[in-house]
Order: sequence, then structure tokens, then C-alpha cells
Amino acid sequence: MPKTVVLERKPLSISERTYLPQIATGLKTTFTNMFKPKVTLQYPEEKPRIPNNYRGVPTLVKDPNGREKCVSCQLCEFVCPPKAIRITPGSVPEDEEDRHHVEKAPEEFEINMLRCIYCGYCQEVCPEEAIFLQEEYSSSGYSREEMVNDKAKLYELGGTLPDQHYKWDKKKQAEDEGNSH
Amino acid sequence: MSTVDILFYFFALLALGGGMLMICSKHPVPAAMFMIVSLVGVAALFVLLEAFFLAVLQILVYAGAVMVLFLFIIMLLDVGPEGGKASRMKLISGFAGAFFTALLVVVFLIMVQSSGWINNGEGWSEISDTNEFTNGSNLIFSASVKSFGYGLLTKYMLPLQISGFLLLAAMVGVIVLSKKASEEGSN
Amino acid sequence: MIDFETIQVVAIKLTFAFLMVGAVMTMAGYSVLAERKVSAWMQGRVGPNRTVLPLVGSVPVIGRFLQGLGIFQPLADGLKFLFKEEIVPGHVNKLYYYLAPIVALVPALTTMTVLPFGEFTNADGNFVPLILADLDIGILFILAVSSLGVYGIVLAGWSSNSKYPFLGGIRSSAQMISYELAMGLSLLPVFLWVSEPGSSVSSLSLVEIVRAQNSSTWLLLIQPVSALIFLIALFAETNRLPFDMPESETDLVGGFHTEYGSFKFGIFFVAEYAHIVIGSAIFTLLFLGGWNFLPWLDNPWPSSWIGTLIGTVWFLTKTIGLIFFFIWIRWTLPRFRYDQVMNLGWTKLLPLALANLVFYILLVTWLDQSNFNLP
Repeated sequence: MPKTVVLERKPLSISERTYLPQIATGLKTTFTNMFKPKVTLQYPEEKPRIPNNYRGVPTLVKDPNGREKCVSCQLCEFVCPPKAIRITPGSVPEDEEDRHHVEKAPEEFEINMLRCIYCGYCQEVCPEEAIFLQEEYSSSGYSREEMVNDKAKLYELGGTLPDQHYKWDKKKQAEDEGNSH
Repeated sequence: MSTVDILFYFFALLALGGGMLMICSKHPVPAAMFMIVSLVGVAALFVLLEAFFLAVLQILVYAGAVMVLFLFIIMLLDVGPEGGKASRMKLISGFAGAFFTALLVVVFLIMVQSSGWINNGEGWSEISDTNEFTNGSNLIFSASVKSFGYGLLTKYMLPLQISGFLLLAAMVGVIVLSKKASEEGSN
Repeated sequence: MIDFETIQVVAIKLTFAFLMVGAVMTMAGYSVLAERKVSAWMQGRVGPNRTVLPLVGSVPVIGRFLQGLGIFQPLADGLKFLFKEEIVPGHVNKLYYYLAPIVALVPALTTMTVLPFGEFTNADGNFVPLILADLDIGILFILAVSSLGVYGIVLAGWSSNSKYPFLGGIRSSAQMISYELAMGLSLLPVFLWVSEPGSSVSSLSLVEIVRAQNSSTWLLLIQPVSALIFLIALFAETNRLPFDMPESETDLVGGFHTEYGSFKFGIFFVAEYAHIVIGSAIFTLLFLGGWNFLPWLDNPWPSSWIGTLIGTVWFLTKTIGLIFFFIWIRWTLPRFRYDQVMNLGWTKLLPLALANLVFYILLVTWLDQSNFNLP
């Protein structure tokens, strides 16, 4: 073990005991600070720069063909720590011919933004890459009801993200070719 | 009745009323407040006599410093409202009050009797005898600071020194007393 | 009983009084703004720059500039204080609770009656000071009345009937007693220096002090120790950092005004800043030459009304500089601990002020005896 060295504190000199030179130094520091550039962001006019991996408001996204990706598996609802997500499962609408091989789709999808803690578990757990926490950071409303994002709102916020897999298309293609799994 | 008269009665009422309420209030903090009101009233009376220096000193020393100290002590010791158990004290203070009031009246009457102080104003000229006071210098007797200073450092030098010495003795006494108490407390 | 001339005099005095109160209150309001702005600049921020009046704001360049400076902010702040809900806690002593802000504000505004801010030469060639009441004991009057301001704080602390305001009140009274002595003692050498032996005027008047500094040096350069002690005591008397013991928001929540809200708090706030404005003005008059130009220089402006105006503006400039210094100190220094405040007041400042007084007594006597001409 290294030997403990006790450092004796030097007694204050007379000028130090008057506080005055130290006060002068401090005054100099604050005075020079007055002329340094300001760091304030004039918020509503200037927006902050959002980094790529930012976790903002959770949103639902569509694939590049404009199709709903969520299959209403309810994994996100299950994993959500504050129980902010509520999904009403339903079937794929009749008019969407090319999605009939997908079994389910959400009839209603609600995220209560008063409960959401922006943890990102829903994005992590989603097998369809349908839910993303995007760069939207400002959500406000006048009532509690207004703060619950419904399906339409979620798709409006989410928009379309590029898809690398087209998982269901591949599956349908494989099925059509007769070698499923 | 001129404006000065009205002001005099107003401030006299303020001073007396303040003093009365000070004695009558149960809680020490309002008592101190009423005492300040009374002191300010007296200071205003000095102003009406054009003795500005005295008025300012009255406020500076009594209202500004002494009463702040009183309030500080009252608050520090957290003195509550006076209880009803001090009936014997009440009797004693009643006697003392009556005695001193009687004494005041007697002394005042004697003064009025002997010098005709109020009636013809001879007393005033005696007090403010210019020649004796200024010792032949070119200062005019007035209520200004210079006049006060000159008087205090020439004619009234001895009383000034004595009162200063008395205050010093009181101060040393307080230091000795408080020192002793704190040593006993720590042991 | 009351003739026309009396009414005229009273009316003129009243007008001047209202003007003076208006000027000081405006300066107090803008000191609040200055505090916010300067603190922001010192911390790399911008400060209030949003409030704007509808018409003025639409003036092309100036409107934007004024908005950026936050010129309209005090208006908004004042309105906010007026329109807030009046909340009176149930546990307070009502009478004293309402009385305290008034008691805090009145002395702050009363001291300005003996505050000169310029002078002009009348038709007879006499110098007439611009002042509400030229008392020959002006400085004593200021000391006396400003010492009454502490009652506002003590009363607020006591009547709030709550522990933190109470502690604030106690601290305030102790601090006031400690620093008033040093303040008074630091002023004695100044008056000793200014009043020449044999002169017939008694020179406890602020006007005389300023005249003594006309085309000679400022008293700051002759008596730096007095100026320093007076400045420190001034900080303590105005409850400014590093001596804001009664308020100290970190350890006493808000001190004496913890239980106060809305307009009553606003009055405390204004009183504090009015104290700062008047304190700065007094320091300027005593040590920075008042409305006189720089040390050892004659006033470069003519002695007509233009000169009076320039002199007054020059005095105000110095005062505003000192207000800036108050703010600057506040955003630089941390707060003293309570025992450090007491220690500094009684064992450092008071002996120093006494030694300073004795030194100048000896010096003045020596100069007097050896027949030097005083500078």
C-alpha cells in the first residue's frame, strides 16, 4: 500500500485574507464572460439539431409501398413498461388485395403520450419494424384525450421508412413457388 | 390653530398613544413596534422645534439601532406573550409606576413654580445664553450640528467624558458577565 | 389661513416629489431588468428578449433592438405582480403581514428627499442644488431613515409565523446592527476631510461634499479605505450578495419573503432595488464626485442650464455604473456564511474603520497645524 502523504495546507497570505485579490480575479472572469458568444438557442425560431439515434415520440411507419407494417402481434403492448400502448387487433381490410396473406392488422392502435416514457422497448421488440421512435420531440395538447395518439395520428407522425426485407412479400413469393419454410 | 399646531397635536398623540399601547400590549414584538412609533413621534416633535439634528439622532440611535437590537433579542429568545402568573410583579410595577408618576408631577410643578418656566419664557433665555455658550467665538447658537459639536467639546466636555466613561463601564461589565456565564456553560 | 403662494410652493414641491419618485422607481424597475440581463450575459445566456409593445415593436430596426434588450420587460413584470392572485396564508399575523412591505418601501423612498442630483447657478450667481430638501444633516438623515428599512424585513419574518422567514428576520436585524456602526465610522473621516476649520457652514450635507470635490480629486482617491468600508457596509445594508443573509434562497428558501406573493412580494422587490439605486447614488455623491467631471479637471460644460443637464446626466451615469457594479458582484461572489458575516463586521470592518478614523484625525490635524493648503 502506498504511504499516505499528508499535505499541509499553507497558511493564507495577508492579501489572500483580505479576499480582495481573489474578488478582483473573480470579477475579471465574469466580466470577460459577458463578451463571449451566447449559447442560448432561440427555441421556437431555431430548432435543436437532432442526432440520428434520437428517441422521440413513438410512431407507426408504412413500408415504401404505402402498406401498413404492423401485424397487431401486441408484443409492444406487452413489453411497454408504463402500459402506454393499447392495441385492438383486427383483420386486414378487404380492399387491400396484396396483404391478404398477412393474418392480422391493428383495428385501433393507441399510444398514451402522458404515460409513455420514451424507453424504446416497443421499437426494440417489434418483429415487423413497424414502430419507431423518431425525431419528433414536441408533443402538447390541451386535454388528456388529446395526448392519446390514435392510429391515424401515429401513421401521420411516422410516415414511410425504407424497408430492407419486404418480409411478407418474400413469404408470399415462397408460398407461391411452393417451398414455404 | 396653525398647521404647526395641528402637526404638534398629531405627533404628540402618536408619541403618547404609541407609548400607551406599548405598555398595554401583551406580546413583546408589537410592544417593540409601538415603542418605535412612539420614538418616531418624539423625533417628529423635535423636527417641529427645528431641532433636526436631535430628531435624526433620535431615529438613528433609538429607532434604528437600539430597537433593532431589542427585536433581535426578543426574536432570538423567542419571548412569548406575557402570562397571567405575574400578579405580584403587577402589584410591584403598579406601585413603581404610581410613585414615579407622582415624582414627575411634583418635580414638574416645582420647576414651573420656581422659575416661571412656561409663563414668561425666562428659562429659555437662561439655557440658550449665547455669550456663555459660545465663549465669545463667532458661532451663532442654533440647532445645527456645528453648534452641538462646539457645545459638547467646550462647555459640556466633562459631562460628555463622564457619560462616555459610564457607557464604557457598562460595556466592560456586560463583557465580564457574559464571559463568566459562557465558561460555566462549557464546563 | 392658506394663501395662494403657499399652495403654489406646495404644488411645485409635490410635482418635484412625484417626478423624483417616478425617476427612482423607474430606475429600480430597470435595475431588475439590468440584473436579469447582466446575469444572463455573464452566464453565456441572452436574457429576456421576448416582451414587446404592439406599436413600438413594429418600428423597423429600433423596435427589434429594444425588444432584444428587453426594454418592455419591467412593464410586463409589474403587470404580472398586479394581476396575480392575492394569497394570504392562514397562519400569519394579518396586520403586520400587510404592514411589512409598506414599512420596507417607505424608508427606501423617503431617503431620496435629501438626495441632490445636480446644481445650477441662479441669477444672483449662487449655486442652487437640485434637491427636494437641502438638510444640513443630509447624510445623517439618510443613515437614520434607511436603518428603519430593516423593520420591514423583521416584521415580515415575524408575522409570517413560519421558521425560515423568522430566521431571515433575525439574521437581518443582527446584520443591520453590525454593519451600521462600520458604515457610520467610515463616513466620519470623509466629513472630517471636507469641513475646513473655521467655515461657517456645517458640512454634514451631501451638497457640500460634492462641492468640496469640485475641480479637486475625488474622495475615493483620498480615502480609499473609507470608500471600501462604506461600500462593503452598503452591500450589507442593501441585503445584496455576498451579504443577502435575510433572503439567502438556498438555505432559507426565500428568507423573509417566503410567505409573500403577488403585489406584496413585488413591493419588497422594488424596495430592495430602490435601496440599491439610492445607495449607489449616495456612494457616487460621497466618493465619486457627484455631478463633477473627472478628478483634477474643471467641469468642461458651461454653467448654464445645459451644464446642469449634462452634470445631472453625468451623475446618473456614475450611479448606473455603480448599480452595474452591484449586479456584477452579485453574479461573481458566493454568499458568506452567517457567522462569517458577523465575524467580518465586528472583528475586521469595525476595527479597520476605527483605525481609519484615527489615522485621518491625526492627518487632518497635522495638515491643519502645518498650514498646508488642503488640495
